[in-house]
Amino acid sequence: MTHQRTLSFTLNGRPVTATARTHETILEVLQRDFGLFGARESCGQGLCGCCTLLVNGTAVSGCLYLAAFADGAELVTVEGLARGGTQHPIQCAFVEKSGFQCGFCTPGMILMTKELLGRHPRPTDEQIRHYLSGNLCRCATYPDIIESVRRAAELV
Amino acid sequence: MGSLDFARGREVGRSLGRLEAAAKVDGTVEYIHNLRLPGMLHGRIHRSSIPHGRIVRIDTSAALAVAGVHAVVTADDVARLVPDPYYGPAFHDQPILATGKVRHVGEPVAVVLADNPHAAEEAADLVAVEYEPLEAVFDEVAAAAPDAPVLHDELRPAGMFTDLKHLAGRRDTNVALDARLRSGDVEQAFAEAEHVFEHTFRTGKVMHAAFEPMVTVAEPHAAGGLTIHTASQSPSFVRSEISRLLGWPENRVRVRTAFLGGGFGAKLYIKLEAMAAVCALLARRPVRIALSMDEQFYTITKHGATVRIKTGVARDGRMTARQVETFWNGGAYADIGPRVTQKSGFSAAGPYDIEHVALDNYAVYTNEPPAGALRGFGISQLVWAYERQADVIARTLGIDPLEFRRRNALRNGRPHATGTVVVGMEVDAVLDRLAEAMAWDKPFDRGTGTIRRGRGIGIGVKACVSPTTSTAAVHIYGDGSCAVHCSTVDMGQGSDTTMAQIAAEVLGIPTTDVRVVHPDTDVTPYDMATLGSRSTFHMGNAVRRAAEDARAQIERMAPGATSFRDAMLARFAMQAGTVVGFGSYAPSYQKPDPETGLSANITPFWMLGGAGAEVEVDTETGRITVTKLVNVADVGRAINPASVERQLTGAAIMQLGFTLFEEMVFSDGQVLNASLADYKIPGFLDVPRELTGTFVEAPHPEGPFGAKGVGETGIFSPSPAIANALYDATGVMLYDMPLTPERVLRAIREAGGRPLEQA
Ligand code: FES
Ligand code: FES
Repeated sequence: MTHQRTLSFTLNGRPVTATARTHETILEVLQRDFGLFGARESCGQGLCGCCTLLVNGTAVSGCLYLAAFADGAELVTVEGLARGGTQHPIQCAFVEKSGFQCGFCTPGMILMTKELLGRHPRPTDEQIRHYLSGNLCRCATYPDIIESVRRAAELV
Repeated sequence: MGSLDFARGREVGRSLGRLEAAAKVDGTVEYIHNLRLPGMLHGRIHRSSIPHGRIVRIDTSAALAVAGVHAVVTADDVARLVPDPYYGPAFHDQPILATGKVRHVGEPVAVVLADNPHAAEEAADLVAVEYEPLEAVFDEVAAAAPDAPVLHDELRPAGMFTDLKHLAGRRDTNVALDARLRSGDVEQAFAEAEHVFEHTFRTGKVMHAAFEPMVTVAEPHAAGGLTIHTASQSPSFVRSEISRLLGWPENRVRVRTAFLGGGFGAKLYIKLEAMAAVCALLARRPVRIALSMDEQFYTITKHGATVRIKTGVARDGRMTARQVETFWNGGAYADIGPRVTQKSGFSAAGPYDIEHVALDNYAVYTNEPPAGALRGFGISQLVWAYERQADVIARTLGIDPLEFRRRNALRNGRPHATGTVVVGMEVDAVLDRLAEAMAWDKPFDRGTGTIRRGRGIGIGVKACVSPTTSTAAVHIYGDGSCAVHCSTVDMGQGSDTTMAQIAAEVLGIPTTDVRVVHPDTDVTPYDMATLGSRSTFHMGNAVRRAAEDARAQIERMAPGATSFRDAMLARFAMQAGTVVGFGSYAPSYQKPDPETGLSANITPFWMLGGAGAEVEVDTETGRITVTKLVNVADVGRAINPASVERQLTGAAIMQLGFTLFEEMVFSDGQVLNASLADYKIPGFLDVPRELTGTFVEAPHPEGPFGAKGVGETGIFSPSPAIANALYDATGVMLYDMPLTPERVLRAIREAGGRPLEQA
């Protein structure tokens, strides 16, 4: 019996295929087969948001997301936000406002911001705090992240 | 001086963005976490399930039967390569893998090597270890008692720190170090004091929870060397310690790091490096050992501490005598604990001018996971005690808390309890800024009914650890471009950018034109470690000197050149060559007297941090909401003001977590909440509505451009500020951190004569 599965999905706009064992998470596939490390594991329990990626436009925790579920889906990681060498406006905002220190949580914060701005283009501070509250930052760069999200709302 | 444009004053003092900003927002920034090497094996640790016991036998057969498993490494295998497998910065007490005995739950006993992480994980669970349990001890005070079960047969100081040498050969004790300070005559001063206050304060164990979990990849070389890629704050130390263990010269061990996803003191000295190195040498293949977040709880923690503090006060509110006895819960292995004990312990009199001081500090082994450095290196445990007590004294004497601190402040030119005359520490400026930010002279609404409001302040001081050395090189390449080579590790604090600013300032070029080469012991020169807020001061001085050296060489070799590019062309007759400027810095220091702890020169600089908090307390639930938190630091001069403020707000929030809810919960040495699911760290919703990180500047005479370190300063004082605000709001006195709703509610109910039943 084989525990391998071939998957086809769209990754950052390009159709791709990959083989994954049934117990493997999407993170392992992204890292091993595509060399993408922007979604990264920290808590491994769906609690910190470092492993965030977008699946069909919705933010999910890659550490808990089995690779098999990605079959047929559209995946976006932080590496897929820039267009033709130009940073996405949310990335520009995080650079401008220095919304990071060690940077380990940053891709997750950026992708959550993307989802937030998709639903609330002009978020209040309360909305920002609540929407991002599932993403943690041990460097506690929270004030600068909030500033970055505010700025992103202006730029997007 | 030639005609090169070496204008000064352009780069230092500016809030520049990070050099690596683009890579951090597009996900491509390098962490060791990302490293995969061809043919690499994955190591997974099998850990002790008991707190103290002899290892009777280890059965690896079931683990070896798992498909994909290459080997299971135990202490016997380690011994073939490393006959004396004990390591540590202060004591050689920690075995690479448990040898004969385990001393804490979670101690590594075996490592499974497999070709994929899932097989390694499955097999690690199948390693079967039979133990003969021994009596265990967990409390630091109980463990220091003469009848306590003893963890280590004999103390083995490492020799790196000469002031620990006298401990060699001590037997039958868990007290790894007792450090004392005696200044004046406390007994007589207590007898003469108008008031004497005596309290015992405690802090529990907490954990760093750096988001990039610890990771090391060891890569053996056919020619007999070893490269260790590791998320470490101390690459130079890793090189020397691994070389010592293997009996190799340092030049056969290469240690390199990348950006770190946080450190906070967790990634210092040896963590996974020795284990990964041995596994790789045995397997003759690269080995990656990467911890999960949960495993970090069993690897290194902050010290829990019991602080007994007694203070004598004169009628006018001046403190005349202070005696502090501190027991530091060091866990099963010393790590850097004895240094925490010693280097922080002597600051227990606080930023106060107290004539008679007696301090006793005990680093104690217990059967809990090892404790080491965590942002602040023991200071916040002491500030918790002396600043809580300060408010009790002030209130008892009817003195405003701010005024009480002013009255007792230790000012420049006065001797600290160690005897060192204080230079470059701005207590008054910090208190003034705090008063202003807290609007201390304005009336304050304390609320009515079940929501009570209060405000509080605290100040704390740390002496930067000494003596330590930093060295740096500044390279000018053939085309005139520039790179700084230094072994300071950028773990999020922004040291790359700071060092680039310092070099750029000296060289008269934009910061963005400076490249900072990451620590690689084959390439970057020695640095003691990235710890204790020492980098800006020590490495900053080394980089500054290296840049000055490079600049002077260029000026000499090509007088009249108008750019580095032209200078190189003029000197080498083509666009080629290298100019290397070198700089090193090691402050002067005087070893404390072993009997009295006195020294005329104990530290290169003092770090002073003050905090103010406003809180709302729900007297029906015990819940504290911090509505305003202010962190003020005395930084000498800010090389990058925005970066400094970010360190201060970040530290404020981290310490808020330690104050209100973070605590490792133990039962018989097991951590009951070893995951972020049960061990909560601050999130967006915990951030106070008003949060300020601010600093005062008074250039330090020896700092690079006047700068001092700041990475820890913001950690010192938020805890007592919050507890003092609770005290102000409710009159309730708490002695133990964290201030959980349950503790607060129990105290409120008790004060109101309606105690809650014990659970
Ligand atoms: S690693 Fe997935 S949520 Fe923390
Ligand atoms: S920037 Fe370090 S965890 Fe967020």
